Amino acid sequence: MVVHQVIKHFYRKKPLSADEKPSFMQKVHHLFRRDKEVIKAVDTISFEVGMGQIYGILGPNGSGKSTLIRLISTLLLPDSGHITVCGNDVVQDSFKVRQMINRVSVEASFFKKLSSEENLIYAARLYGVPVRQARRKAGQILRRIGFDTKRIDEQMENLSRGMQQKVAIARALLTSPILLLLDEPTTGLDPKSKRDVQQCVDEIRHEHDAIILLTTHDMEEAEKMCDRIAIIDDGKFIAEGTAKELKSLVTKAGGEATLEDVFIELTGNDLREEG
Amino acid sequence: MTKLTHEISVSYAFIERNFNLLKRYLNWEILFFTYSIVNALTIGLIMVGRGSSRDVLYLVIGALIWGFLSVMMREVSDAITWERWEGTIEYTFMAPIHRMTHLVGSCFFAILYGLLRTGIVLAVMPIFFGKHVDLSGANWLTMMVVVAVSSLSFIGIGLIAAIFPLLSPEKGQAATGILQSIVLLISGVYYEIDVLPSWLQVLSKISPATYTLRSIRAAMLDGASIASQTHNLILLLFIGLITIPLGFWVFDQGEKYAKRVGRLKRSG
Repeated sequence: MVVHQVIKHFYRKKPLSADEKPSFMQKVHHLFRRDKEVIKAVDTISFEVGMGQIYGILGPNGSGKSTLIRLISTLLLPDSGHITVCGNDVVQDSFKVRQMINRVSVEASFFKKLSSEENLIYAARLYGVPVRQARRKAGQILRRIGFDTKRIDEQMENLSRGMQQKVAIARALLTSPILLLLDEPTTGLDPKSKRDVQQCVDEIRHEHDAIILLTTHDMEEAEKMCDRIAIIDDGKFIAEGTAKELKSLVTKAGGEATLEDVFIELTGNDLREEG
Repeated sequence: MTKLTHEISVSYAFIERNFNLLKRYLNWEILFFTYSIVNALTIGLIMVGRGSSRDVLYLVIGALIWGFLSVMMREVSDAITWERWEGTIEYTFMAPIHRMTHLVGSCFFAILYGLLRTGIVLAVMPIFFGKHVDLSGANWLTMMVVVAVSSLSFIGIGLIAAIFPLLSPEKGQAATGILQSIVLLISGVYYEIDVLPSWLQVLSKISPATYTLRSIRAAMLDGASIASQTHNLILLLFIGLITIPLGFWVFDQGEKYAKRVGRLKRSG
């Protein structure tokens, strides 16, 4: 996968000054004003990830991680630059790209009144996976990530957030994607579930030779799982390299710097406060 | 799997999903069915004892057909609203499916659901109206042909209306409701359109519901043949042939806009 010089800006109306109470006329004027402020969600980002690699993106909330994932997953159109997956452009060849990708987002989005199985079968049909095969595969994946398959007929709204997230992972893996986009997949999971998911992702990398893009708040997770890591802040990559390379960017008295030290040093933020 | 069977299977995913959702929201469905039945009854009963059985049937047909057509108009739009609320729209749009296959699936569900709902209401009517509703002279074949042809134009309007929730679930539902109520006002659902102000009658002439109701009333009240309704059928077909491609085009433009400004995400 190649991401080259990608820019994505959003525009929103400038808010009224918080200092003074606006008059009625000011409010009316504000309603019709056309001047907007620019939010640089993704600002000239470039990177490449090869087959079998896990690429991590570390960044605080609102830094542009999810926007980048949405750009790759064809849900947003870039303002400029280009993104290719196995040589296919996400804008020009979006159908081909969609055949190759799947995504797990931080918020497990499902039809909450439907059961896990119904949601998974629905997803499988969209990707042309035969229902019988989907049932078998979903069972295997769910068991592997520690989901109690006896609860597969329960409505999603009755499952814990961790269990819902496991179903979201099963939904993504069901289609055997070449590019797996993991947008904070372990956020909110208990330590055991987190480890199960991490092991599963590691297995996929080795078994399927997939490209995996992982965004996370978790420094330990990024260090443990990712071949390369980029630190993103205000839509820009401010550092990129292996965990070792990143750590070498900061000198710390009395020993080697941690990834967290690097992050704080480079961004001035503490991820734990953000997360 | 051939390309066609794949597309049919994908379309079926939407039909199956919507019927599964319908089962899970059974209480709401019972409420909607009850409301549809009571609505048709109360409107028909206005004329019992005041007018002829023909007048009663005139109103009942209006209530029944409006029930069916409004399902056609709303269902595609509601499916999009639902996906926006649940946050699943991104997953649907990320899947390797053609938008036409996606929307055709939603449209088929709308037709099946509309027929089911109207059929049940129709079956209940004789229990309440008895001799006041006489359907012995009705031409059911003409009625079914008119319903089939008019479905096309209402699906087209439904596709156009689906753009509203795609861009904003809250405002979109309101916009769809407004569009639906305008069609109700101008189409002569419970009265002849000539009672409307002349400037509104202009709009009546472009509403497919106007021709649908005229032809169905002719079939049910006077036993009109298909041949006698050719003019209305051609108009309905013509409106359908314009609104369906227009609906797909409008939806495509809306999707591109939503992807440009980032309207698909729920949060995060």
